[in-house]
Amino acid sequence: MKISLGRWLLPVYSALALLFLMVPIAYTFVFSFNDSLKSNITWRGFTFDKWLNVCAVQNGAVCEAFGNSLVIGSVATVLATVMGTMIAIAIVRYRFRFRSATSLLLFLPMATPEVVLGAGLAAQFLSLGVAKDMTTIILAHTMFCISFVVVTVKARVASLDPALEEAGRDLYGSSTQVFLRVTLPLLVPGILAAALLSFALSFDDFIITNFNSGAVTTFPKYIYISAARGIPAEANVIASAVFIFALVVVVTAQVSSAARAKRLARQG
Amino acid sequence: MAFAAFATTTAQADPAPRRRSRVAILLLLPGILYLVLFFLTPLVSLLITSFQAPAEFGDIGQYTYAFNWQNYVDVVTDYWPHIVRSFAFALAATVLALLFSYPLAYFIGVTARRWPLLQSLMLVLVIAPFFISFLLRTLAWKQLLSDESFVVTSLKAVSLLAPDAHLTGTPIAVIFGLTYNFIPFMTLPLYTTLERLDLRYLEAASDLYAHPFEVFRKVTIPLSMPGIVAGTLLTFIPAAGDYVNASRDFLGGPDSQMIGNVIEANFLVLLNYPAAAALSIILMSVILVIVGIYVKRAGTEELL
Repeated sequence: MKISLGRWLLPVYSALALLFLMVPIAYTFVFSFNDSLKSNITWRGFTFDKWLNVCAVQNGAVCEAFGNSLVIGSVATVLATVMGTMIAIAIVRYRFRFRSATSLLLFLPMATPEVVLGAGLAAQFLSLGVAKDMTTIILAHTMFCISFVVVTVKARVASLDPALEEAGRDLYGSSTQVFLRVTLPLLVPGILAAALLSFALSFDDFIITNFNSGAVTTFPKYIYISAARGIPAEANVIASAVFIFALVVVVTAQVSSAARAKRLARQG
Repeated sequence: MAFAAFATTTAQADPAPRRRSRVAILLLLPGILYLVLFFLTPLVSLLITSFQAPAEFGDIGQYTYAFNWQNYVDVVTDYWPHIVRSFAFALAATVLALLFSYPLAYFIGVTARRWPLLQSLMLVLVIAPFFISFLLRTLAWKQLLSDESFVVTSLKAVSLLAPDAHLTGTPIAVIFGLTYNFIPFMTLPLYTTLERLDLRYLEAASDLYAHPFEVFRKVTIPLSMPGIVAGTLLTFIPAAGDYVNASRDFLGGPDSQMIGNVIEANFLVLLNYPAAAALSIILMSVILVIVGIYVKRAGTEELL
């Protein structure tokens, strides 16, 4: 083909670019096996110790932070996924007034820098005299996850074949039955993707959390606080384990959807 | 991915009959109310806080409602280098991320079309950095760019870096960190538009004897504009407000602090809430102007 930018240049560049993206991930992973003392900067030899005794360091401070992140991520994900899915269905399926105002309200949180979202909520909690704890973190995370859920689920609702729901109605299903037994099951892959995205966003959020967490430590906040005096290798262990878990989930989802597509194609 | 949705340009044909609006209101109400309470009113609180004045006889961190314009004058006089630096760093990171991502997204979206498995594997690798803590990735770069590191010693060996120079703590390191961290936000929307690029347009152009470079400049780039616009926004906005990369414990130093760093310091350390709020409002206003231009181009319905 004439249009290709040189036969080898582009593939080689792309491989190198992806390799570059992997560099800090590999670094974090390798240093989770470092036989380090307090800080994890120089290589002192290989050990499995940190993987086997993750919670041993600093009276389990790393694990406590990790646990907090899991709880916050789960609750915020459930709240955001429910509210976001409802909005997504309404936007695609229904006619209502103030459509563009609604779209704008959903878009703005994604276009606002996190530091502004964080400072704004903190200013509001301050003026209302609300003490910052786990609840305020969850309230903050739910807020910024909603829009991402709407975007993700909306694409799925829009691609739904209306004929399937019509078939349900033709078979005398009530609107509730059609929704619960036809629409909702068809939306599940989109809803799951949205929930995963929310959880990932919440789990890795630092900037908004930092403004609204008070004394509560999440995993990213723990790393930020420890950065000055050195991060223990146990933090690398947790991050690496989460990375492997997420990678497995995503690759499994990709492979199974590819397999389903193939099967459907065969069946014609 | 959600980011991909930004790149949508084709207006959706009205799908399915749109029905009763009472159900719609019930569906919308919880989420919209939530966003009004926890997104919109906080912005209003921020605006009110930005005009507050220190309480008379009050402690540090106590303020009363006022209409103190002076706060804005003060923060601009005190922090104008940080404000300018933030937008300059964000712009540099956005341009670098675009240059880095375009060929990669082109390969995944166009060249690799014949191999769907390779395509999805490469996409997983593009988003893989999201699976590992943003802060740990940045700290990894801090170590990889430290004075004893392979990168710095090699650069010094070939005299690209002065013998007594550093990388960490400099603006270069901060821009590098911002670029690295936001590359996936650029690559994904670029990929979504390039993936749908109709190759027949490119063939038509070369049939008309256009030089490959001309084809790229006059056909490929204009057709991938939606992805470029979405990617630039998604990179520029978080980069301008970021304070992790520029933090002294990460890649930054005294003369690479950004607006996010001073907002954090004023709010959480100095308890100077009005100054932090005024800086946030300034940051938000600039971003809103940029988004406004985008909305004007694309329309609100295309935002989501």
